[in-house]
Amino acid sequence: MGAFAARRLAALIITMMVVSMLIFAAFEWTPGQVASKMLGPFATPEQVELLTEQMGLNRPAPVRYIEWVGNVLRGDLGYSTYFKTDVNNIIWDRLGNTLLLASIAFAIIVPCSIIFGVAAGMREGSKLDRSISVLSIVTTSVPEFASGVFLATIFVIILGWLPGASTLESGGDWSIASQLVLPVAVMVLFDLGYVVRMVRAAMVDVMMKPYIRTAVLKGLSFRKVVLGHALRNAMVVSLTVILLQINYLIAGVVVVETIFAYPGFGHMILESALSKDTATVEAATLIIVLIVVVTQIAGDLGYMWLNPRIRFK
Amino acid sequence: MTNPASLRQTATVARPILELHDVKISYVTRAGRIDVVPALNFSLAKGEALGLVGESGCGKSTVAYAIMKYLGGAGRITNGQILFNGQDMARMSEDELRRIRGSKLAMVYQDPMSSLNPTMRIGRQLEEVPMLHMKVSREEARQRAIKLLGEVNLSDPEMIMERYPHQLSGGQQQRVVIAMALMAEPDLLVMDEPTTGLDVTVEAAVLDLVAQLRHKHDTAIIFISHNLGTVLRVCDRVGVMYFGELVEEGPIREVFANPRHPYTRGLLDSIPTMGADKHSRRLSPIAGQVPSALARPVGCGFAARCSFCEPAACTTAPIPTLPIPGEAHHEAKCVRLAELPPHRRFQVVQGEAISETAKTGENVLTIDHLYKIYRPSGTIFDSKPAEVRALTDIELTAERGRTLAIVGESGCGKSSLAKVLTGIEVATQGKVKLIDWEIGHIPVEKRSQAQKKSIQMVFQNPDSTLNPSHTVGFAIRRALQRLRGITASQAKTQAAELLRLVNLPMEFVNRRPRQLSGGQKQRVAIARALAGDPALIIADEPVSALDVSVQAAIINLLIDLQEKRDATLVFISHDLSVVRFLADHVAVMYLGRVVEYGTVEQVYAPPYHPYTEALLSAAPVAEVGKERDRIILEGSIPSATKLIPGCPFASRCPRKLGAVCDDQPPPEHVTQQGHRIACHIPLEDLAKLNTRAAE
Amino acid sequence: MVQAEQALKVKSSGRFWRRLKLLTESPIGLAGAVLVLFWVFVAIFAPWLAPYDPNANNYEALADPLPNDMFLLGTDNQGRDILSRIIWGSRTVLIVAPIATFCAYVVGCTLGLLSGYYRGWVDAVISRLTDILLSFPAIVLYILIIMRLGPSAINVIVAVIFVASPQIIRIVRGITLEQRELDYVTAAKMRGESAIYIMLVEILPNTRGPLIVDSCLRMGYTTIQIGVLGFLGLGLPPPDPDWGGMVQETYGMMSTWPHMSLYPAIAISSLVVGFSLLADGLREISLRD
Repeated sequence: MGAFAARRLAALIITMMVVSMLIFAAFEWTPGQVASKMLGPFATPEQVELLTEQMGLNRPAPVRYIEWVGNVLRGDLGYSTYFKTDVNNIIWDRLGNTLLLASIAFAIIVPCSIIFGVAAGMREGSKLDRSISVLSIVTTSVPEFASGVFLATIFVIILGWLPGASTLESGGDWSIASQLVLPVAVMVLFDLGYVVRMVRAAMVDVMMKPYIRTAVLKGLSFRKVVLGHALRNAMVVSLTVILLQINYLIAGVVVVETIFAYPGFGHMILESALSKDTATVEAATLIIVLIVVVTQIAGDLGYMWLNPRIRFK
Repeated sequence: MTNPASLRQTATVARPILELHDVKISYVTRAGRIDVVPALNFSLAKGEALGLVGESGCGKSTVAYAIMKYLGGAGRITNGQILFNGQDMARMSEDELRRIRGSKLAMVYQDPMSSLNPTMRIGRQLEEVPMLHMKVSREEARQRAIKLLGEVNLSDPEMIMERYPHQLSGGQQQRVVIAMALMAEPDLLVMDEPTTGLDVTVEAAVLDLVAQLRHKHDTAIIFISHNLGTVLRVCDRVGVMYFGELVEEGPIREVFANPRHPYTRGLLDSIPTMGADKHSRRLSPIAGQVPSALARPVGCGFAARCSFCEPAACTTAPIPTLPIPGEAHHEAKCVRLAELPPHRRFQVVQGEAISETAKTGENVLTIDHLYKIYRPSGTIFDSKPAEVRALTDIELTAERGRTLAIVGESGCGKSSLAKVLTGIEVATQGKVKLIDWEIGHIPVEKRSQAQKKSIQMVFQNPDSTLNPSHTVGFAIRRALQRLRGITASQAKTQAAELLRLVNLPMEFVNRRPRQLSGGQKQRVAIARALAGDPALIIADEPVSALDVSVQAAIINLLIDLQEKRDATLVFISHDLSVVRFLADHVAVMYLGRVVEYGTVEQVYAPPYHPYTEALLSAAPVAEVGKERDRIILEGSIPSATKLIPGCPFASRCPRKLGAVCDDQPPPEHVTQQGHRIACHIPLEDLAKLNTRAAE
Repeated sequence: MVQAEQALKVKSSGRFWRRLKLLTESPIGLAGAVLVLFWVFVAIFAPWLAPYDPNANNYEALADPLPNDMFLLGTDNQGRDILSRIIWGSRTVLIVAPIATFCAYVVGCTLGLLSGYYRGWVDAVISRLTDILLSFPAIVLYILIIMRLGPSAINVIVAVIFVASPQIIRIVRGITLEQRELDYVTAAKMRGESAIYIMLVEILPNTRGPLIVDSCLRMGYTTIQIGVLGFLGLGLPPPDPDWGGMVQETYGMMSTWPHMSLYPAIAISSLVVGFSLLADGLREISLRD
């Protein structure tokens, strides 16, 4: 396990290096572009050249890459041309807002997916299974912007129970809590169905295993068979899938945040991308990839911990 | 078969544990209702052991699970009664059923690894049973579990309790499953192919254990097996099942010595008898295969495959079960019982076998000091992974037109040897000479077309040997085109010829593998291997996945083809009776080494290598009076990653001399006739030991 | 036996029709097929079905964009007929999504086969690359690619290839690793088949089972992604109708004119639900086989 963790840590560092190179190559290889982006469309070629020189952008790419990596490692994420402030001033607040949304959604998704997935998968083909399966297929198939439109139509326009925008401003008519309901609901609707189906598939697979037959023929009650013998085995497979949802919840929420004008991380990536704010996009991408890779490692370690076949070898 | 007159005496005294009355088991499928078992009758007295035998697809396992009342979603008992201790199981509530399952009625399964929960310690899985049924504390349950693990001959039960299933060997796992079944002292134990998939020596030990525990706990047993020999070791009575029906039932010795139903005779005749070989006779397979239960005929279900069938009598009315005159409790379901000729199992008359081993042909294959060592590539974090010594100093030859058999249990290196011969792996050291080429170090991709043409292979698993996406015709034509370099139209006519050669009808060219039975797939695989008219055919356990009836046909086919084509066959097998029948020369392998080599007559007669002796004694034999005293090997095959300075078999050898066996490599005794035995015990002493054991 | 023989003949003669017949036994799969076929029909006959030019602005309708006899689903913020835009929009999505999915499969199958068959350094390089691509959340990768390349149909397809092919590579690699150990591959090597032959003729056909179901799911997923790109303003450049873009242009007016966003949202949802249900039906059938 220790060797495994060390190996994954090395892989993490390599991945981050390659990713940073890719990002750098994609956005900063051609130095003229950076300066002209910063100066806007009305700059003269002389101005662009001058700024390029000032910023040291005409030096060779590897030198600038190393400098950039050095800055990032020292905590200097650069200057945001869109938010007109240091990236550090904006990015962490946004990440915090998104984490709030993500953790509420995650706290709902994990228990619900396990309960529904296990309930559906323990008796394959039962009425309960069919209903849960079809329902999850349908909810995951509705794009977030569409379910956002549907939910807003019902709860904002027809019923008037909830606010249509979640700007997290506390001064208005709506409490912060009420502002969080719709974004969380859209995220849960879109993601829950997928996780339920994964847990269900794992459960169905486990329930067909001979050791479940052994447990039944020992005389154990169905409840004990499911909770005592099937659940853990189904969780071994499902854990990775469940943990991977953290990535969706933090990075995949661009759409949800856009619909509800939520001041989150995803919305920030979109805004800065649309306005070619390279520094912000680069920093945000690095952070996101780091989160993804770390959750993957956590998932693998959890899998090893739950699975004695790997733990005791 | 419960007509009152034929009930066993014991049964009249006490009520039988289990009674089946006209039990009909059906599966509801999309194609309609299939009556897998039409009407089954039998009973089982307390402490009695009944074997159920038959080909796969005959409904043996269905009966087992029907008794457990665990038929899955589609299975139903649609008629009749199953009485357990006099209680109708159909009327039991879920609760009542749960109370007897695991306590009065327990089961042992075919594949022990998958029958144990992989994420639960052995201890917890065992303790569950008495805690549930005997309402004892965890500590008491633990003590009982430890006691039973000791009873199933597992050394260090306390340690086993802490283990997870994957940390045990196959034999240990099956002992754990047996201990689990006995945890609550059941009245009836249903064993579904409990030793299938275990090595011969492990199987022998498990069978002995079952026979011994049975008497100790006075448990009745239903023992299901496709292997007639294993049933003979454990059971008092045997029921032969065909097509969902019990076609013959009776005391096992009577049934095996004097089989009455043509199907029983067919099964027994398919098995090579110990001592018979290919020069003395051919095996008699049963033609055809078990039909689909969708269309059950009116009369005898076996009629279509029966050589004694008389359509007027056999196919027009339901067949009654008739008692065998003069033999109590022996019955058979055949209308022509009285007209059938008496059955004689093939007996080897001394001197009848034509020994052709005297003349020697040229060597097609010469293996010289061959080593295969797997060295897993290290990583920065795991620098020194252990080497696996798959083959150590192998020396063998195979003559033109002859069969060299390689025998041993799993992990003995026989498959590694096949891989080196075929070029899937290359030798680490030593030489492999095929005709005039040195091929040991050339991977298959780099071999010349002539070399590839000269060596072909028949594989073990019929389900993976053919590409499921391609038709039979495509597979054979492609092989012909590649290996003979002929045109597509020529390949077409030649493919038809090859199909005829392996006795398959022409229509099969358009079939896909999933439309074929296991035996048919193996025939296609043989046709494909013959496409290049190879000098050497390697057959890696080609019949081990097949039913005995089909196995016999494939073995006959291999013998015929070898004679016709004068091809050399390297036959890899764990089945000693098949090897005895088919081979000219035999090499016995253990842990990557050849421990004994010689002609088939030499290897199958004393002096034996102690391992050969143990293997022979362990092989299940389906002949009454031919059972031997078994030499039970302790422990399991050591890991191939360990470097063993002495004899590889020393750790398990019942005839171990002492430290010399552990420390010094055994000398190889070679007789003038070429019989080689690698053992510290001198040949004369071995011969004496062996004959004494036989007496 | 005769019946069994005939059954076998039927099997080999019409596998496709047999599958189709099986689909009718799965009501869910059938519902999915109907939804998908409905939109395929609409896309093919768009010029005849659409009552108006999808890009024509009807300025009189701006005052009252609600559905009426003239405009069955109403008009949008620029006075364009929503029904016609939805009908033409189906064409956009049903052309871009299959092409993008197909291209992703070509890339994914090729690299997956190479990776699983050769193993060693080929596998190491391909697997590292897929790992790195997979460590980008899909939506971020889309934003980065479109940001770099600019919004256009071709670039949407390129983006889909980058996002989808790593997942396909993983699936195909896994199946190839399994299949290459099977005896029929050994048999092919022993008769001297080339590596390319073994990959394409022996192994690739056996990946089809899992891939058929996956492709159907992936079509639905790609449809969502194309809609999302449109919704984020990264899809096709205006004015050509695409469903996501239609919602993007109008959802700011949700509180007054919800129908403008609602109908395209329903359209895209029904198509994706169709693909997903169809995939579920196909999966069920493949399990039965």
